Amino acid sequence: MSDKNQTQTVEPQALDPDFVPTPDFDKFKPSRSSLAARKRTDLLMRILIYIAFVIALIPLISVLYTTVVNGVHRFDWYFLTHNMRGVVGGLYPYGGILHAAVGTLEITLGAVLISVPIGIMTAVYLVEYSAKKRLHKAISFLIDVMSGIPSIVAGLFAYAMFSLILGPGTMNGFVGSVALSILMIPTIVRTTEEMLSIVPVDLREASYALGVSKSRTIVKIVLRTALPGIVSGVILAIARVIGETAPLLVTAGAISSTNFNLFSGRMTTLPVYVYNEFQQGIASCPTISKFGSDDFGLCVPGIRMERAWAAALVLIIVVLILNAIGRLVAKIFSVKTK
Amino acid sequence: MGQRIDVNHLNVYYGDFHAVDDVNMVLESNKVTAFIGPSGCGKSTVLRTLNRMHETTPGAHVTGEVLLEGKDLYAPDTDPVEVRRDVGMVFQRPNPFPTMSIRENVLAGVKLNNKHISKSDADDLVEWALRGAALWNDVKDRLDKPGIGLSGGQQQRLCIARAVAVHPQVLLMDEPCSALDPISTLAVEDLIGELKDEFTIVIVTHNMQQAARVSDTTAFFNTQGSGKPGHLVEMADTTTIFSNPQSEETENYISGRFG
Repeated sequence: MSDKNQTQTVEPQALDPDFVPTPDFDKFKPSRSSLAARKRTDLLMRILIYIAFVIALIPLISVLYTTVVNGVHRFDWYFLTHNMRGVVGGLYPYGGILHAAVGTLEITLGAVLISVPIGIMTAVYLVEYSAKKRLHKAISFLIDVMSGIPSIVAGLFAYAMFSLILGPGTMNGFVGSVALSILMIPTIVRTTEEMLSIVPVDLREASYALGVSKSRTIVKIVLRTALPGIVSGVILAIARVIGETAPLLVTAGAISSTNFNLFSGRMTTLPVYVYNEFQQGIASCPTISKFGSDDFGLCVPGIRMERAWAAALVLIIVVLILNAIGRLVAKIFSVKTK
Repeated sequence: MGQRIDVNHLNVYYGDFHAVDDVNMVLESNKVTAFIGPSGCGKSTVLRTLNRMHETTPGAHVTGEVLLEGKDLYAPDTDPVEVRRDVGMVFQRPNPFPTMSIRENVLAGVKLNNKHISKSDADDLVEWALRGAALWNDVKDRLDKPGIGLSGGQQQRLCIARAVAVHPQVLLMDEPCSALDPISTLAVEDLIGELKDEFTIVIVTHNMQQAARVSDTTAFFNTQGSGKPGHLVEMADTTTIFSNPQSEETENYISGRFG
């Protein structure tokens, strides 16, 4: 580049106003060696990318494998349909996760019901109504801050808020839902915002040109066209919070019996259940049952770890099922051309 | 029947930018009026002010009057949503709703406005609109298939069917054929000739042959340069504009000497 400039300035023709430079196009052609170098770089990058892919897969496969291998032992109908009432040490009854599964489903559903309307309406405001206003920047900034809140802080916030409103020490499933929704809202707002902004302006204009009001255009055209993406975003947000332990430990607590009431009494959730089981370690067994002569069956010293793994397996399965449902819904509402 | 539009001293601004300067024109009912002119001369902008679509651009505003059969579209108590029911629009790129079938696209204007429509009424409206858009024979066996599965030309005719299904008085067309191949263009041009029995039509086009073929009246817009407002140079019968224009600017433009 600099060579070319220099030669041009010394050439006398450059002073001639009618002079038009004639570029030597052969110089710009890639040389044989640079082509070879490009092929080598291409091969190298391919190999690096494949290695990176395999490295990224190792933990995923390892986690799945370990969870299945360790969890499948306790994973049966009995485990799914019993709670932890009257479970002592490693003795029969061996206990189950019914209460934790109910807790996780109810609390997560509660969080979805709170955060989906708020998240979608916030995104609609950001995309459709607030362009270039100062409030837009403020909300956008707060959403970014919100998505960085540590989950335990969200839990403490919900706990503190309900303590102020309903009296100190209020712990129930709904407080947990509120804590989780604080974590879900930023994800839902961001993905919905993204999906709304890729709906072509053409479609909005087409709708306006039919004499349709802005609100109906947003509901019937924009949100409807963006629906598959919004559903995926909501599923992602659920996947992010369904495994949360810390905020639920401080808001919903833990209980060994099954509580169906989201609004009253403590509720165990699957991650909290896994944590509790893991934390308690080896179960105690009376001397007699070591010989296997117990009327109800063997005492299992390692039962708590077995339950923890099985509960972890259930949690993974729940997330997978939610993902499958999300994909199905997205597919049903997707844009078809045939 | 179409209605006539009178434009009096129309100025259009985008924020501080003066986009169109002092346009006065009469768009006769049941006639096809073509807007021609170089890029940036404001012809599309003027078209969009006729049903207040320019208001979708933040900061856009107008001064002056646009009268639809004497009723000012910019009167303080006029709802822009209502205006667009009387003045429909077809866009440059075909834009059928991707989530809707052919039938739903045609009924969109009625259904999106939350009006209830019985199945037999809907069937009649769909057939009437699609026949009106010369599309009925192509799609009558696949009305429940997605609208975006059609070819570009068919999609544009579907958009025309969708626009006429709300039965406006005026139909605005913003370069409706510029994304279409010559055969589809011919189909849409033929259609324009038929539609003028029912609607007043205003069409923006870059194609002067097209303006000459389809329009009764032609308006030529020009601008002094980028950053300067566009203005209406002259407006007359299409034959007059193309054979005996008053202004030298017009003559230069239509003979291809600039623009």
